[in-house]
Amino acid sequence: MFGRARRLAAEGVLGLNKRNRDYILRFNPRSRYPLVDDKLLSKQLAIQAGIAVPPLYGVIRTQHDIRLLPDMVRDHPQFVLKPAHGSAGDGIVVIAGRSGARYRTISGVLLDFEQLSHHISNAINGQFSLGGVQDVVIVEYMVQFLPVFESLSYQGVPDVRIIVFRGYPVMAMVRLPTRASGGKANLHQGAVGAGIDLATGVTLDGVLGTEVITHHPDTMNPIAGVQVPQWDTILEIAARCYELSGLGYIGVDIVLDRQYGPLVLELNARPGLAIQVANRQGLLRRLQICEERADFNAHYKERVAFSKREFKHPVKGCCQS
Amino acid sequence: MNNKHIYILAALLTAFSIGLFVYKAKVLGFPVRPQQQTTIWNIEAALRFHPGPAAVKATLRIPSLTPGYSIFDENFISRGFGVTTSSAPAGREAQWSVRQASGPQTMYYRAIVYRDDTRLAQDTTPPFPSPPELDEASQVALEALIAEVRRQSADVASFTVQLLRRINQGDQDPYVRVFLRRSDMPTDSAQLATLFLAGAQIPARVAHGIFLRSAPGPVQPESILEVHDGVQWLYFNPRTLQQGLPPNFLIWWRGDEPIAEVEGGFDLEVTLGVQESLLPAMAVAERRAEASGSHAVDFSLFALPIATQAVYRVLLMVPIGALMIVLLRNFVGVKTFGTFMPVLIALAFRETRLVWGIVLFAVIVSLGLLIRFYLEKLRLLLVPRLTCVLTVVVLLMVAISILSEKLGLQPGLSIALFPMVILAMTIERMSIVWEERGASEAIQEGVGSVLVAAIAYVVMGIAWLEHLVFVFPELLLLVVVATLLAGRYTGYRLLELRRFKGVLPEYTPQ
Repeated sequence: MFGRARRLAAEGVLGLNKRNRDYILRFNPRSRYPLVDDKLLSKQLAIQAGIAVPPLYGVIRTQHDIRLLPDMVRDHPQFVLKPAHGSAGDGIVVIAGRSGARYRTISGVLLDFEQLSHHISNAINGQFSLGGVQDVVIVEYMVQFLPVFESLSYQGVPDVRIIVFRGYPVMAMVRLPTRASGGKANLHQGAVGAGIDLATGVTLDGVLGTEVITHHPDTMNPIAGVQVPQWDTILEIAARCYELSGLGYIGVDIVLDRQYGPLVLELNARPGLAIQVANRQGLLRRLQICEERADFNAHYKERVAFSKREFKHPVKGCCQS
Repeated sequence: MNNKHIYILAALLTAFSIGLFVYKAKVLGFPVRPQQQTTIWNIEAALRFHPGPAAVKATLRIPSLTPGYSIFDENFISRGFGVTTSSAPAGREAQWSVRQASGPQTMYYRAIVYRDDTRLAQDTTPPFPSPPELDEASQVALEALIAEVRRQSADVASFTVQLLRRINQGDQDPYVRVFLRRSDMPTDSAQLATLFLAGAQIPARVAHGIFLRSAPGPVQPESILEVHDGVQWLYFNPRTLQQGLPPNFLIWWRGDEPIAEVEGGFDLEVTLGVQESLLPAMAVAERRAEASGSHAVDFSLFALPIATQAVYRVLLMVPIGALMIVLLRNFVGVKTFGTFMPVLIALAFRETRLVWGIVLFAVIVSLGLLIRFYLEKLRLLLVPRLTCVLTVVVLLMVAISILSEKLGLQPGLSIALFPMVILAMTIERMSIVWEERGASEAIQEGVGSVLVAAIAYVVMGIAWLEHLVFVFPELLLLVVVATLLAGRYTGYRLLELRRFKGVLPEYTPQ
């Protein structure tokens, strides 16, 4: 038991306790949390900063507003409903089309307007928000993802998660939906996470639950060796989210849209640690390299260059605890 | 806030907590174990006499200054007599009186004494005694005796021993013989010694008392000679010449008078009895703290009404249960519904006992979940839906209670103690997790919650722990210290060792 703990420490694996105390409590000021916890607010900030996000169709703020939904999406057969305070992808409904008067979700379930409005009213009443507070529902563009991951996902939108430490991208993975995850790119719900070499943007092996896997469980295609397009742009967007949020330890979720290119989906102030298993690398080692050598006032282009240089897979070196 | 700050704070809290604990346990004798008992002695004096035709007044000397022992409780029993106690030169006296009595009379004095080493003979220094008034022959004998004894001794103690030795020789000693022949002189060697010591200007008195034995039964009072050497009282056994107060000797009264007298009655007979027994240590400690002027008991939980004490007995265990949650969540990594929900469930388990508690919890939550899934179809708004689930939970509890009563299953009744709001929230949270993340995640968290509740219940059920935090609430500061230190723990959680195993280089992918 202690032997494994020592070996994990030698690999620089970051545990939840250490992440919470040494990184989140130290670098994420409480006052900045609303910026990322409220997806509507972070979307607006991103637009101001000139960072691309999925276009907003409308916001449903009250029970009364639900009736406006058909008008909002009249010209958009596909759209996404997202509670502004939802955590870990809870409460997100992706509508991929219509079938008569009914809405068809990405997983093929048909919902009539009443079912959809019940879901929205639950979301407004805070069913999906932390602490059950009143919420608003964002209606936005459904991302048309680039076919690059088509062989590696079962429905849904695969997204790229990048951990950004004080402006420096330190680790990345792509989250691939599976049949089990219901088309959602969330590792909790059964999606596959595949590590990405930060220097090149090429995928590594994947993780499903706690197991390392080499092939996608539904499509059976090998996970490793896929080049993520526009990798430099993705890294630059991620790095700029630091200035945008003011948070020193964040997870940036980016999707690749056919039409708009890389789009920031959301920011996460408490990003999960499964990314380490996906990369088969500890985060702590990279965080310590940043703390030792990085200039935290550098321009984002320099920061990306530093990350690409230092974090070429596999990153070696000893870790002090 | 650096680590040093936390460590200093933790050290200060620990020192304060342990210090107060040791003071209360060692000095005040607060019991460290539950049901700890202290040896006590029930002492009893029975007065029997036949009353005369007129008013009767019986006097009994009762213990007051008892070095090494304290009186826990005392009472006076008689039939139809009025009783008063008063201070007298010999100590305390109890006086029974009645205007008229017929037939043989018996009255009792009963007291409970316990060992109390803090109790010393805190007497004022007595004045020098006046020399005894004697006729010339006796005076000469006394002076010669004193001169001779003084020559053979170095201090008050050796003087007394020497003197007692000569008194015990009786007729063989030429000087003592003079006194023994006289009828107005006391025959008791201790009393005779006080007379001689008065001649030598040494304050002395006779103390009478009993030996506290473990075997019950009547005891004979014995005398002991107390001599003041100018600083403190010294004790001498007049027969064995042993110096010092025997540890099991309880001084009952002092002076030359008998233990009891009766006016207006005859055939007085006094019997003393002693019986050893045990008393809860806490009761004795309370009395001792009171006697020593400490406010530890006034400001302890024992000062509260009994019903409130019972509530605090439970409440003080909640931090212990919460500490278990800290350990299981931050050190093991168990997932639960809600942070402190398992503690509240564990509190309910106290009444239902573990197995029944888990069964009842499972029954309510699964029935609640079924109904919650049905409600989901009805599409209700959140707050009305929660209220509905809560109402259903209450109804389920009622139904289970009534059903188990009809079936004669006693534990079913205690379901009423489950925290229903917590249950309703658990059902709601579980159904959401069920829908959002699948049944396995929901069941996993549900089982985790029950597991943590069961562990918290077992720990909170340790009687010794419950006793400790109730008698020594300052020990909860140690829980604060533990949380301070746990809050700075940055190592892995036990379950993370498995979770991150894929990072290890020796791990082979499937």
